[in-house]
Amino acid sequence: MKLFEYEAKNIAKAYGIRVPRGEVAKTPTEAREIAGRIGRGVVLKAQILVGGRGLAGAVKFAEKPSDAYEVANRLLGSKIRGEEVKMILVEERICVAKEHYLSLTVDRSARTLVYLVSSLGGVEVEDLVKKHPDKLLKLSVDPLTGYKHYYSRVAGEFLGVARGGGGNLDHIMATMYKIMRDYDAELVEFNPLALECGGGLIALDAKIVIDDNSLYRHPELREKSTRELAIYEQKARELGFSYIELDGNIGVIANGAGLTMATMDTILLYGGKPANFLDIGGGASRDRVKDAVKLLLSHPNVKVLLINIFGGITRCDEVAWGIAEALEEAHISKPIVVRMLGTNEEEGRKILLEKGLKVYNEIDDAVAKAVELAEV
Amino acid sequence: MAILVNKNTRVLVQGITGREGSFHTKLMLEYGTKIVAGVTPGKGGLDVHGVPVYDSVLEALDEQGSIDASIVFVPARFASEAVYEALENGIKLVVVITEGIPLYDELLLIRYAKSLDVRIIGPNTPGIIVPGEAKIGIMPAHVFKPGRVGIVSRSGTLTYEISREISKKGYGASTVVGIGGDPIVGLDFIEIYQLFSTDPYTDAVVLIGEIGGDMEERFAKYYVSLNRKKPVIAYIAGKTAPPGKRMGHAGAIISMGIGDYASKKKALEDAGIPVADKPSEIPLLLSKILKR
Repeated sequence: MKLFEYEAKNIAKAYGIRVPRGEVAKTPTEAREIAGRIGRGVVLKAQILVGGRGLAGAVKFAEKPSDAYEVANRLLGSKIRGEEVKMILVEERICVAKEHYLSLTVDRSARTLVYLVSSLGGVEVEDLVKKHPDKLLKLSVDPLTGYKHYYSRVAGEFLGVARGGGGNLDHIMATMYKIMRDYDAELVEFNPLALECGGGLIALDAKIVIDDNSLYRHPELREKSTRELAIYEQKARELGFSYIELDGNIGVIANGAGLTMATMDTILLYGGKPANFLDIGGGASRDRVKDAVKLLLSHPNVKVLLINIFGGITRCDEVAWGIAEALEEAHISKPIVVRMLGTNEEEGRKILLEKGLKVYNEIDDAVAKAVELAEV
Repeated sequence: MAILVNKNTRVLVQGITGREGSFHTKLMLEYGTKIVAGVTPGKGGLDVHGVPVYDSVLEALDEQGSIDASIVFVPARFASEAVYEALENGIKLVVVITEGIPLYDELLLIRYAKSLDVRIIGPNTPGIIVPGEAKIGIMPAHVFKPGRVGIVSRSGTLTYEISREISKKGYGASTVVGIGGDPIVGLDFIEIYQLFSTDPYTDAVVLIGEIGGDMEERFAKYYVSLNRKKPVIAYIAGKTAPPGKRMGHAGAIISMGIGDYASKKKALEDAGIPVADKPSEIPLLLSKILKR
């Protein structure tokens, strides 16, 4: 789960990392008042969770409070990369001598944590990794032993801030580690981490991503975990499904993440486009299947529904009953293509046959049929 | 014969009295797996499908003698405790079925296991099966046939799907290993391939990857560097997955510019590993390198 910039900055500030003075505005009037209190030029930053805000026009400058009102008026309620702007962070403008990149994340391959350090501040990490690997320093931290102060000496030398202005780098890096642990984060990122004209490092932007599996240890954050979701994603989450919205017209229900993705990919291979990823998980009951089928049948983008079940713990007869009951209750007639194999497949097939639904054995045949129906 | 386990492997089930633990203990026993004990704290003295239950791993060892492997069904909040108990009592292979263990707990657990030379399979894995011999996992047994193909996968049901395709065309598997769908797993593609490469009963390896992380890319790099190698065929799920979204598995997410389908496919193909476009294509690719 991604936190908003202002939330990440509040955490950083509480841990003693310097961030620009600022407050969140929900109306243009509030933006004007905050700019007035700051008393000099401000930056207005839309609080949205999509990346690349600078290029998308989500970051603006204003000299006077009245300008801040105007900018806020244009930003609030607008949509940036599909996300509506509901809040703006209004901050003092900082005189910057140099910008750096600094983050702490998980190194999957080494099974460690890793600091990523670069002198190319403000550049998206995706570009650092792909286009400037030579400008990127990686410092591994074994989680068994934790942070060591020499990391900041190595990072400081790499950035050229070893002496003078970068004196608080060690404090920042040690604190990032502490935040990572305290919040069960999978990413703590300051980009840019700027060297101020007067010396000293300040986090101009902050990003914290919390590990979803750890949310049960952070009930105060858990409430926020559905806020970045689209309506159907929220509905699916409430029903307990793993669900991702896509832009095609073939609704997909399958069991297991890998099989669901493989079903989507096969649709693409046959010239169709999946409308979603919906994994009913292992051992789904008929009620769960019914919920999933009804959800997708009601989705305006879904023209055809493709259900692909490989029964292990999941029983095909339960799935079949779930489909049959959904059809009775939904009163929406959209074509459904079912592919079902594994535990109790004969019983499942019989149940669906009585409802007039053919059951396919092979993914390829089912996908080809679904794509054909979606094109009509 | 196979890698990691065989019909003589003496197995402990942690979390044996739970719904999943008890159900799969029955299925594993029916398959012929040698389950010698179960552990559920506070449930010592019970019996699950004829398997004696103990309060601790230590007690199970005292009563049953040596244990080669443990399979863990303990819920996410308590699972890492259970794994620590297994590895600190000298069990050298731990299969962690549990999904949803916090990332940081997994990091600590797996670093610690490596320092003790313990092999962890998973977390979030369907387990290991040696067709016709032993199953330490939750997979539906009927889709697997004995044979000479090693299968290693980040996914569950997709592995069943592909194994069925392979069986249907007359091939079979020496061992099937689910390495787990989490970002941090105990053994990765390279480590499992190394075991297959020295196994005289494995002629080729099918690698089932998915988007997220760089495990496939690292395997490709490693594979290129080898002088002698066994043929590998791959399938990668998630061509249609958008960046920044977790596709079910905690590990299946394209983030920070790492883990997309195109990068994995290219890395594997550049390493001389054919990548199937769909599951049903895998037996076709196998037929080009193997006799039935």
